[in-house]
Order: sequence, then structure tokens, then C-alpha cells
Amino acid sequence: MDGRKILVILPAWNEAEGLPGILGEIRSQLPGVDTLVVDDGSTDRTAEVAAAAGSAVARLPYNLGVGGAMRLGYRYAHLHGYDVAIQIDSDGQHDPSYVPLLLEKLNEADLVIGARFDGEGDYKVRGPRKWAMGLLSTVLSRITRTRLTDTTSGFRACNRKLIEFFATWYPVEYLGDTVESMVGAARCGFTVRQVPVAMRERTTGRPSASPFKAMIYLARAGLVLLLAMIRRMPDNLRAIAESKDESPVRELALKG
Amino acid sequence: MQLTVITSITGVLVLVYILELLRRQQLREKYAAIWLGIGLVVAPLGFVPRVLDSTARRLGIASGVSLVLFAGFVLVLLVCLHLSWEASRLEAETRTLSEEVALLRAHLVAHHGYPEPRPQAQVEGSVDSEVGA
Repeated sequence: MDGRKILVILPAWNEAEGLPGILGEIRSQLPGVDTLVVDDGSTDRTAEVAAAAGSAVARLPYNLGVGGAMRLGYRYAHLHGYDVAIQIDSDGQHDPSYVPLLLEKLNEADLVIGARFDGEGDYKVRGPRKWAMGLLSTVLSRITRTRLTDTTSGFRACNRKLIEFFATWYPVEYLGDTVESMVGAARCGFTVRQVPVAMRERTTGRPSASPFKAMIYLARAGLVLLLAMIRRMPDNLRAIAESKDESPVRELALKG
Repeated sequence: MQLTVITSITGVLVLVYILELLRRQQLREKYAAIWLGIGLVVAPLGFVPRVLDSTARRLGIASGVSLVLFAGFVLVLLVCLHLSWEASRLEAETRTLSEEVALLRAHLVAHHGYPEPRPQAQVEGSVDSEVGA
């Protein structure tokens, strides 16, 4: 696709049901794009289904969580010299037809988030969960110096330099795969942007609606945010961020 | 007198247990040094728990036993903290290892025919029917 070598990473934990559908969509809508399903220690036939659908598969020997699966994905992308890595959930809530939008935005940023609550779609939340999302959006918008409306979105694209960065460092803890990884990248000088997307109903699994769980979510989100802000980033990571060679192609000025 | 009996027996038992673990090579040296040091301090104190009374009074603590209790608590806290740190480090290491295993296995499956479980029957709603667009 447009001369860039693109890899779609799908972290999957017991997603044998949803995977064939989403892999089929990616193949038909994004020709020339490679896929990697990271089987995060599934006990069902996730890996077999993914391989049967023609995707590359990396199987973790035990469950690490999304962060662990994603760092493996980025290591794979870095090892095989991909220019762009795109993360898509394997439960089908992310629509691959938005990928070209993300790719276009990647011309002016290192990390592009496909975000809800930005005009597209009609997804609504209330109560503590809304406050938590509000807190995350406000703080992260300030850190990244751009408007972010959906910081916990797992629909994201990143360029070559950020692939190397994430292959070295990708937090595995709670919300680490979304919030902390973004804070870390922003603190090391990477630019973050978002594009509005509509998310679909998950084909498998369901979101929890309990207000008690939402409160716990709020507390944990606050803690994660605090830790992400005060954690020291190792020098070798800053070196990757500051290296000049693979900076994103900034064509916007040319397009006028 | 009864206090001395309890503390001395405990002190000796702890020291013997540490030595036994060391002898059976169940403790790495880095831990062995700490625990041996602790054992060698605790065992004699068990026999003369009042020996620290004067030191304790000088520090503003009523009795030597309280001082030992306090020091012991701080020590246990530090040991716990150390173990949490070790566990975090080990988790990070095993995570890296499992990623490495997954990368190697993916490479072997793709290029060297490493056996990988394949689906026996065609999966329902398989991609093949949906491609072609």
C-alpha cells in the first residue's frame, strides 16, 4: 500500500470465533497489507484459525496481556523491517476501512489513534466510567499537546521509529497498552494525533456496565496516569526517539 | 526467665534452618549472606534478650525487646520490598523470554516446517469464501 510495508497486529486471546471475520475484512479491504495474529496464550483454536485464514501467527507460551502481546507484535514488525504497524482488536470492534485514514494522518504524526467521541459513531458512556475517560482525555491531551477524546482506544497506527521504540519498551500492566504507552511515547518527544472513527459492536465479549467496576476503573486509571507521569524513561529509549534517520515524512506543507 | 527460653530456642532454630537451606544449596549466595548475617545476630540475642536494654534506653526506647521488635519489623519490611523488586525483575525477564520463544517459533513455522497444530476440518465462515473482492 503506497510503497510502505505495512503490518496489522491483532492481539488475540481466545478469539477463534471473531478472527476469521476480521482477517477476511482486512484482506479484502487492505490488499498488500500483512497481518500478524499474536496468540496471547489462548486455550481455544485461535492460532489454528488465524493460520488457516492465511495470517502470520506468533504464539506466546502463556498469557501476558495486551501489552505483552503488542510488544511481541512490535518486535516482529521491527525484526521484519515494517514501515508502519497498525493495531486492531481481533474482536471485530475496529473497522479496517478506517485504516487508510490512519495511514494518511501518519504523515504528520508518529502515533495515530482511531478515536471515538469525535463526531463519528454514537457510542455513549455515563457515570464514573465517563469521569475516568474524561480525566484520561484531559491529562493526555495536555501531555501530547493535541485534542484526544478516546485515550483507551486500541485502534492505532505508528511509524518506523515508534515501532523500534515500542519493540524495546511497551508496558504490560493495566492500561499500559493504551494510556501508559502513549504517555511514554509523548514524553520522549513523539507526536500523537487522532482521527475520528466509529466503533462497532464487539462480535465477541461484552463491556461491563457495573458502576462499582467503573469506580475501580476510575481509581486504577488515576494510578496508572500518576505512575506514567513520574516513571523515569531509560536513556536508550530517549536515544531512539531522538535519532534522526526515520522521521515521519512531512508532506503536509507541500500539499498546502 | 521464660522469655529467654523461648527466644533462645527460636534463635537457634532459625540459624539451623538457614544453615540447612544453605547446605542443600536451596538459597542463592546473595540471599545467603543476608540471612546468615540475620541468623548470627538473632541467635545470640535469643540467649541474652536484655543485653540491648542500655542501648535501647539511650535511643529513647523503653526496653531492648522493643528495640529488637522494631528493628525486626523494619528488616522484614525491607526484605518484602526486595522480594517484590525481584519478582518484578523476574517477570520482566520471563516476558522477554516468552516473546523470544514466540518470535523463534513463528520463524521456524514460516521457514523451516516446524510442526504447528493445523485445523482438521475447515473452520466455519472461513476467509476463503469472503476474499475475492
